[in-house]
Amino acid sequence: MKAGLSLEVKNLSTTFETPLGAVTAVDGVSFDVHPGEVLGLVGESGSGKSVTLRSLIGLIHPPGKVTGQVTWNGQDLLSVPPGRLRRVRGGEIAMIFQEPMTALNPVLTVGLQVEENLRAHTALDRGQRRARAIELFDLVGIPDAKRRLENYPHQFSGGMRQRVMIAIALASNPKLLLADEPTTALDVTIQDQILKLILSLRDELQMGVVLVTHDLGVVAGTCDRIAVMYAGRIVESGSVLEIFDGPRHAYTRGLLASVPQAGAERGPLLAIEGTPPALSALPTGCAFGPRCSFANDACRATRPELAEIGPGRQVACLHHETVAASKGQFA
Amino acid sequence: MTFALSLRGQRRKTRARRIPVSLIVGGAMLAIQLLLAVFPSVFAPYAPDSFDYNALMQPPSLAHLFGTDNFGRDVLSRVIHAYSVDMQIAFFATVLPFLFGTSIGAVIGYTGGLAETIFGRLVDAIITFPFLVLVIAIVAVLGPGLNNMYIAVGVVDWVFYARLAVAEVKVQKRLDYAEAGRAMGYSPARIVFRHLMPNIITPLIVYWMTDMALAILLGSSLGYLGLGAQPPIAEWGVQIADAKNFMGTAWWMSVFPGVAIVVAGLSFSLTGDGVAEKMRTRR
Repeated sequence: MKAGLSLEVKNLSTTFETPLGAVTAVDGVSFDVHPGEVLGLVGESGSGKSVTLRSLIGLIHPPGKVTGQVTWNGQDLLSVPPGRLRRVRGGEIAMIFQEPMTALNPVLTVGLQVEENLRAHTALDRGQRRARAIELFDLVGIPDAKRRLENYPHQFSGGMRQRVMIAIALASNPKLLLADEPTTALDVTIQDQILKLILSLRDELQMGVVLVTHDLGVVAGTCDRIAVMYAGRIVESGSVLEIFDGPRHAYTRGLLASVPQAGAERGPLLAIEGTPPALSALPTGCAFGPRCSFANDACRATRPELAEIGPGRQVACLHHETVAASKGQFA
Repeated sequence: MTFALSLRGQRRKTRARRIPVSLIVGGAMLAIQLLLAVFPSVFAPYAPDSFDYNALMQPPSLAHLFGTDNFGRDVLSRVIHAYSVDMQIAFFATVLPFLFGTSIGAVIGYTGGLAETIFGRLVDAIITFPFLVLVIAIVAVLGPGLNNMYIAVGVVDWVFYARLAVAEVKVQKRLDYAEAGRAMGYSPARIVFRHLMPNIITPLIVYWMTDMALAILLGSSLGYLGLGAQPPIAEWGVQIADAKNFMGTAWWMSVFPGVAIVVAGLSFSLTGDGVAEKMRTRR
């Protein structure tokens, strides 16, 4: 197997032209994903996580527009010709979706859908494709693979469908897996199984993984690094340990405070006041300003840039030191 | 309550497995007519064009169940022999529009943009004219006869399949599985024909069935007007045209071919309905 590849995203912006003016769903996002690493992309609904993921492999449809740089294997995915991009998609970079109920074609057998990927990205013949499909079903833990390949998606449960989806995504040994809330539609025990499966496959295949989720529990259990998104921008990033241990952005701090803590004294959960701003009407200055208890006039005047505050640790907050110091208030 | 609910679920399950009545009846009727179309001489008591000047315009009798026409030809035999012509019309006039219209419509629906706009204008232009008038105009230019009729129908008819396919694909291409196909790096052609097509084909097949009924009507209309099948070929429209001067004195000459048209149209429609119902329950 080839050595893993890194994904480098620089200044990625995705804008949608609407009748009410341009809406920037993703605004100048930069991050790297290294082989064998799981990056968690965290944020509320509408913070631009999924759009970021789709922008990476050109799944944004007009009137959406993507700018910036997505460097993969020495080429910019945003400017490669469509044929080359298709070889990358599904072959080198695979994606799994939130809704295993709808992401599979209802009228084709799952075996055929696995083989479709192999047909598109490998030179295997019919028999080899079938053997590989059985191997993949075994890999993702679908019992009785031979018989199950003949089944249609409606004959599988939600968790099993997500396994099928993963099997299809992994068919051509991708180097990077983009997972768009892969467990949101599943119940908790299945969720755990699927995440464990993704992690073990990461170890086995040395893939990088970008995991989009709004579930901090999932992040804590699976990710190596986190990037927290708010209103289309990354507001804080760092290793899972650093961020859970000492959030430096008021938003991250609020997110963590809203999660129940095992072992902690039982108290009321803290919610972040207010709602995220509409992307078409962002406040001036810091987008989180109006909901932030640390905000002052400086926050309303300028938008804080994402700044390096340690190795691999970035935050976009003028008061990150105050935020870090106030840690004890809710823990 | 729970009991009633579970009972209902039970019944739905059995219904899903059952073949709809309309499909059984329509299919059986079609099968019989296809048999007549393939082996007309086995079933017809006389040759379709054997004149018998001793039995002109005889009313239905045991010797001639449907009577005879003004040349003494057996109406029953002519109705039976007409099956091979009219069933051919039903199939050949519609199969190319079905295949071509469905494919092109699926591609246009998937591409969208300029292609769709141009296609929309084309549809507007074509459906402005009544279908029959347009076909008659084209046949008039090309000259009468079955082949020219197929061409005339084909030129217009594909648009209706394409329009349906465009609408279906526009819905399907936005669904997650199509997006997943794109994320998997499949080519647009592969997504359209391999992944979307099985999901859109049901309404198109149903429309095709209905269209075959319409084609029989159209074929006999053109035959009646002298633009389709040419006499002395036995064809229902031609037969009715021959009979129109004797409507008052020899009703059997026109009524039996007319009934054949109705029955043929009905069996296609029933089959179409049955297929639609069957496909619906399978989902």
